[in-house]
Amino acid sequence: MVTFTLNGEERRFDGDPETPLLWVIRDFEKLTGTKYGCGVAQCGACTVHLDGMTRRSCVTPISMVEGSEVVTIEGIQGAEAEAVQKAWVAIDVPQCGYCQSGQIMSAVALLQTTPKPTDADIDGAMAGNICRCATYQRIRQAIHDAADTMEG
Amino acid sequence: MTIHQFAPSRRAFLAGAGLVIGVALAPRVFAATSSLNGVPADAQGQQYPFQAFVRIAPDDTVTVLAKHIEMGQGPYTGLATIVAEELDADWSQMRAAAAPADDDVYKNLAFGIQGTGGSTSIANSYEQLRKAGATARAMLVAAAAEEWGVPAAEITVSAGRISHAASGKTSGFGALAAKAATMTPPAEPVLKDPRDFVLIGKDRPKLDTVAKSTGKAIFTLDIHADDMLIATVAHPDRFGATVASVDDTAAKAVPGVVDVKVVPQGVAVYADNTFAALKGRAALKIDWDLSKAEQRSSEKIAEDYRSLFAKDGFKAADKGDVEAAFKGDGVTRIEADMLFPFLAHAPMEPLDAVLVRREDGSIDSYNGAQFPGQDKQAISEVLGVDQSQIRINMQLAGGSFGRRAQFGSPYMREAAEVFKASGMARPVKHMWTREDDIRGGFYRPLYVHRIRGAIDKAGEIVAWDHVIAGQSIMKKLELDESSVEGASDMPYAIPNLRVFGYNTEVGVPALWWRSVGHTHTGFAVETFLDELLQKAGKDAVEGRIALLKDQNRHLGVLKKVAEMADWGGPVPEGRQRGVAVHKSFNTYVAEIAEVSVDELGAPKVHKVWCAVDCGVALNPNVIKAQLEGGVGYGLGAILFDQVELGEGGKIIQSNFHDYRSLRINEMPHVEVAIIPSTEAPTGVGEPGVPPIGPAVANAWRQLTGAPVRRLPLVNIAVS
Repeated sequence: MVTFTLNGEERRFDGDPETPLLWVIRDFEKLTGTKYGCGVAQCGACTVHLDGMTRRSCVTPISMVEGSEVVTIEGIQGAEAEAVQKAWVAIDVPQCGYCQSGQIMSAVALLQTTPKPTDADIDGAMAGNICRCATYQRIRQAIHDAADTMEG
Repeated sequence: MTIHQFAPSRRAFLAGAGLVIGVALAPRVFAATSSLNGVPADAQGQQYPFQAFVRIAPDDTVTVLAKHIEMGQGPYTGLATIVAEELDADWSQMRAAAAPADDDVYKNLAFGIQGTGGSTSIANSYEQLRKAGATARAMLVAAAAEEWGVPAAEITVSAGRISHAASGKTSGFGALAAKAATMTPPAEPVLKDPRDFVLIGKDRPKLDTVAKSTGKAIFTLDIHADDMLIATVAHPDRFGATVASVDDTAAKAVPGVVDVKVVPQGVAVYADNTFAALKGRAALKIDWDLSKAEQRSSEKIAEDYRSLFAKDGFKAADKGDVEAAFKGDGVTRIEADMLFPFLAHAPMEPLDAVLVRREDGSIDSYNGAQFPGQDKQAISEVLGVDQSQIRINMQLAGGSFGRRAQFGSPYMREAAEVFKASGMARPVKHMWTREDDIRGGFYRPLYVHRIRGAIDKAGEIVAWDHVIAGQSIMKKLELDESSVEGASDMPYAIPNLRVFGYNTEVGVPALWWRSVGHTHTGFAVETFLDELLQKAGKDAVEGRIALLKDQNRHLGVLKKVAEMADWGGPVPEGRQRGVAVHKSFNTYVAEIAEVSVDELGAPKVHKVWCAVDCGVALNPNVIKAQLEGGVGYGLGAILFDQVELGEGGKIIQSNFHDYRSLRINEMPHVEVAIIPSTEAPTGVGEPGVPPIGPAVANAWRQLTGAPVRRLPLVNIAVS
């Protein structure tokens, strides 16, 4: 039995302890904003926040999540999340949209630690998130825009 | 791809409640019914039909039934914009939802069946949906006239309000929708003068952007049904291999695994959850029968292709006298052999489908595919269920780039075989992993080109002789235009031109990939031309302008991009620029790339300027996004990507670690300019792709002196 919190609520999982967090979130908790893209931590579509840090849920066995706080796209809150999602909509970042939950989770975590990121900071924080539609230019712009609005 | 114009279905213009099936299907077994069919939650409820494409609800929302799938290129928004313009709706009341599968009513007027591809969504729908919007407007006006007892001619419509100035009466659309839906549609609805457009031509965010920025957008993989099984199929690692024997003892012992079945495509594992299905699949022990498998390596296949050039191919172009021109006095000749690898599309959402058998024996399919009618037929044939008993519930697709457009729907056949083998008592979600996707075939085919060019004493390009060998995507036994498009019809005034195509037989399934033949012909023509111009001592832009003569739309984008980049002006130290111009899908694009050599000896693309002429610019925001994305998608492929068959035909690449995608740190800054135009709109999903490869390769040749003869570029960089 693994106990953890998901978007602020306590959850228990008593299935196979090797089950990746991704499939616990999607199949058992029925939260589908977190996506499967590669299964080997190469694409970032499955990015969640685990105890405040970005984590590729596809390679995180649920047994490692015992006692942790997990936040998904459905549960992100706070000034950074609000600014990022607003900026995303304002310049119409998504195309197919499938990777964007993961992109947003990485962008929010970046702003939480680096309120005024440079282009190099963005490259460092976002290079693990693939977008096959290549919306990267707008992702970069939206992160800068979100940082600007938070500065006031 | 040639655009034919098919006549719209007569049924599309009949006012008929019989067509309102798009929103009535949401089955109760699904948890997230509001997201099924892509119907926005607030567009549910009573919907009054205005012929095939427009629904108006009492709450004033207008839902456009999109005959095209939304996979990122923005047709939901574009089609809604066209209707809203002629309907004089307010943008805030517009919604879009997937139309049901119907190869007649919802056919692509360029294909003759329902389908999305070839950058045709807006081009083929423009007149049809303008008329749909204008018709609905006329029906609303007629209803208001009758309701208010005033002449229809005195009624105006603006931003979603219907008004009669003299009486002071006004109404929204919703209050009149029930009555309006019963009005006789006008035989020939009056369309606006484009000068009066208020929505078309303006930047507008896409209708699905908020849902896609909050994790709420639902894709096929997100569909859950009660009691649903997850199925994954173990596929062979060689194309054409079949199952000889399977030991499923260990797989069946995995907790959660429910069953294992052999299907024509491999071995299916069914489980109560995804991880159990994957774990079970990994535990299978399968012996594959290789007797019918393709066992040649990519190198051997390319070698076999080159040997074809000794024989006669299919004529695609033959102008002037090429042989005589090459024998001309004092001509300089250059030759090039080029190799283009197999490419996987690798959309972010791998292929998937959910199939459900209802109590009455009918079938619901939840999937995102470019040819829904083909899916319906595939399911019908595999399950033996009449097509009238099959509903295709179109979902948003997490990218495609051509992958989800297949005649005969081989993927859906696999999903249906898996469902059938399960006994169909429980709903089944069939999903491919990334490995299945990269190794699943239906690639952009491998092509070999051989080109000879001649320059006369005056420095004029006088002859071009070009042969291309590769699989026929259309499986033709004669010339396949999609193998030579972009070369045989090159826009340059070269007096002696010969282009021949050769069809090849390979046991690797082939498919169109974002921009189809232009993925390789654009590269071959624009890099080889660039070399010829340099050899002739000409500037890459000026030399092209001279050869384009009266090709005004090519000239327009080329001159514009040169101006944007200040071509001929100063370039930062250590960098070089390359240019390319190419027409595909009736859209004209020119790009200039600024490139340096990075610390590892590989190309680093810093900046791309891009000019596009796609006729009337429906939504400049979406057009720019597609060009930015096209540059990024094409750049990743030419820099990093190939699927290789190794020794014995074994597929080498498997996931994003060895089939690299462009990442944010590799994305150049892209600046896009749209040429103002009153021509009919043409597509933008694909045309941004072809010029980026040659623009980068031309810059690379300036940087290193080495022409690019083989893709991906990363091979050259490290060798």
